[in-house]
Amino acid sequence: MDSKITRQIRPILGVLLMLTILTGIAYPIAVTAIARLAFPKKSIGSLMKANGKPIGSELIGQPFTSPGYFWSRPSACDYNGTSSSGSNLGPTNDDLTSVVLSRVEFLRAAGPDKESRVPVDLVTASGSGLDPHISPAAANYQVERIARERGIPAAKIRELIAIHIQGRTFGLLGEPRVNVLQLNLSLDSLIAK
Amino acid sequence: MTSNSILQVLLYIGAVLALAKPLGNWMANVYEGRKTLLGPLLNPVEHGIYRLAGIDPEKGMTWKSYATAFIWFSMAGLALLYLQLRVQGMLPLNPAHFSAVPAFTAFNVAASFSTNTNWQSYGGESTMSYLTQMLGLGTQNFTSAAAGLAVLVALIRGFVRRETHDIGNFWVDLVRGTVHILLPLAVVFALFLVSQGVVQTFAPYQDVTTLDGGKTQTLALGPVASQVAIKQLGTNGGGFFNANSAHPFENPTPLSNFFEMLALILLPAALCHTFGRMVGDTRQGWLLLAVMTMLLVIPICLGLWVEQRGNPRFAEIGLNQAVTEASGKDALTAMAGGNMEGKESRFGITNSVIWSVATTAASNGSVNSMHDSFTPLGGLLPMWMMQLGEVVFGGVGSGLYGMLVFVIVAVFVAGLMVGRTPEYLGKKIGAYEMKMASLVILIPPALVLVCCAIAVVTPAALAARSNPGAHGFSQVLYAFSSMGNNNGSAFGGLGANAPFYNLIGGLAMLMARFWLALPVLAIAGSLARKKFVPPSPGTLPTHNLLFGVMLTAVVVGVGALTFLPALALGPIVEHLALYH
Repeated sequence: MDSKITRQIRPILGVLLMLTILTGIAYPIAVTAIARLAFPKKSIGSLMKANGKPIGSELIGQPFTSPGYFWSRPSACDYNGTSSSGSNLGPTNDDLTSVVLSRVEFLRAAGPDKESRVPVDLVTASGSGLDPHISPAAANYQVERIARERGIPAAKIRELIAIHIQGRTFGLLGEPRVNVLQLNLSLDSLIAK
Repeated sequence: MTSNSILQVLLYIGAVLALAKPLGNWMANVYEGRKTLLGPLLNPVEHGIYRLAGIDPEKGMTWKSYATAFIWFSMAGLALLYLQLRVQGMLPLNPAHFSAVPAFTAFNVAASFSTNTNWQSYGGESTMSYLTQMLGLGTQNFTSAAAGLAVLVALIRGFVRRETHDIGNFWVDLVRGTVHILLPLAVVFALFLVSQGVVQTFAPYQDVTTLDGGKTQTLALGPVASQVAIKQLGTNGGGFFNANSAHPFENPTPLSNFFEMLALILLPAALCHTFGRMVGDTRQGWLLLAVMTMLLVIPICLGLWVEQRGNPRFAEIGLNQAVTEASGKDALTAMAGGNMEGKESRFGITNSVIWSVATTAASNGSVNSMHDSFTPLGGLLPMWMMQLGEVVFGGVGSGLYGMLVFVIVAVFVAGLMVGRTPEYLGKKIGAYEMKMASLVILIPPALVLVCCAIAVVTPAALAARSNPGAHGFSQVLYAFSSMGNNNGSAFGGLGANAPFYNLIGGLAMLMARFWLALPVLAIAGSLARKKFVPPSPGTLPTHNLLFGVMLTAVVVGVGALTFLPALALGPIVEHLALYH
């Protein structure tokens, strides 16, 4: 009897143990080792540094509130890098309509342009709460405000946006977009010159 | 739909279909024990496991032994994962110092990952240590997918083999699927993902100082790429982070997004060809793939249309939701437009919608946008894809065995129409097969509707809704459609990390997995014992357009009739309210 039970249990535990070692330990360690050698920067978060200190990741959005900076999209987690999340507000939820309306009013109050329609991505929360991008139209919408705050011509800022537009991959995949942190960094270096 | 979105859909479907044949052939070779390209490298690993676990790979099993091995293996995995979650705080590789996962949550997680569901009532980066992710969840991602593959292969053998009790050896099928198929694909895919910016490190969370205001932002890191690769390939779907593949560290670029979308449907699509190869008539496999593809493309197109139209309430408060294609001098006016709440800028409407339909057609359940914030009809589509029973591509293995059960029913209905004994691939379909097939088709809708009904009369369950009105009901219906069909995607606003959902949902996931796999294996055993009936002029051909229409009608008919009343109370009412 005992040997029969052993005969049945051994494959269950044996295979589970072997596959755990193979897929749960060897696999992630091997991938990490290769990734570290082949992609040393990307494997640890595509960090950007200034004076040797990490100031952000190319891939992770940051909150911007000063009127002299381009603002990122609203975030349901306030750009908290340890609790990514969307708002999960439904399309008919009155809370959604009212929070979006308040963002529209805030933007219009901050910028000189009171009439034009606001690009939808600039006032809706992203899926991750960490979206590093805005659409070119959403960047363009903020130009007048930044020109006024920084005292530089709007045309110059538009040139800067145009340089930072990332098009579709192969002209086909994804959407055109602008990385807000990188755009703001070059905005700062524009002043420095 | 824009011209760009049509091109992206065509490229996606084209890539899936182009890869189905070579990958399908490769998997057939693996399961039939033929030579493969990677064989010399991987055979020693495979046979080493047999030796250490005391398995005789030549020994066949009856369907009952096969089912016993499948269930005990899954239960052992569940128990081990539960244990690990409960003692997480005492184990190494826990740089964020997470303590034990609470009991109800741990049960739900263990049930979820061992059944290839990957429903997540927790947020990964705020709950799970690196060790839990890779050793606990990662292992189950591989083994639950390989176990699903094994059950499918056993069913195929039921059609192929004649007058035998032997439907193969579960351990061999399990080990081969893991070692020869999932592991090599995952290694290559994980490294590709790192090349796009998906993180892969054991270093602790990274602090950075933000540009505006100099505040500290802590970036969650971890061995993410290795996890994302298998969660997509194995139709698991459980994200490393709470935001799943919307998180830039899980899915940073349009290219990573394209391949993650491809990966989540690749194996279920290729298995159709594997099936055709193994039964000796590839037309049978292509017919199933054609039906699945059609049932995928139509909802994608509908979804693109409704999501790109945007939210009518936003138009009233001064938003611009129009898609603007622009380049050159006008490039500054470009925007994706549409309903962007819960969607990422780099993916826009097109990539979010393709993903939402594909991830629920295949029983993957990962997301790159928040389905809860989709327009009512945009959210109805992924919900209905799950309610079809996860047979349109479906899970790795489980999708095709579910579809083959629908084939049996379609053949039976056709047989009734012409007054002949139904047969499929030379095997007569008898009363026993029909009884088992009926169980497979009836159990998931029963689970979904009964659990949903219990939830809407339970105050604790209703309190978890985060949206008012019809949308709140949709959240509950979506949750049980997901768990009752082993999908795992969610309307994320539902506060599902509560004892009610963790317990009832956990049980629903276990029932959906095992109460379906058991009758499928019973069918396999019964078919394998039967004689082969050579085709006669009166045999219904099962590889032509007529049968394709018949099969589609059965799948859609069952799905629509069962769920239309429930859908009417949720997304349909909400749609009418939105557009008065």
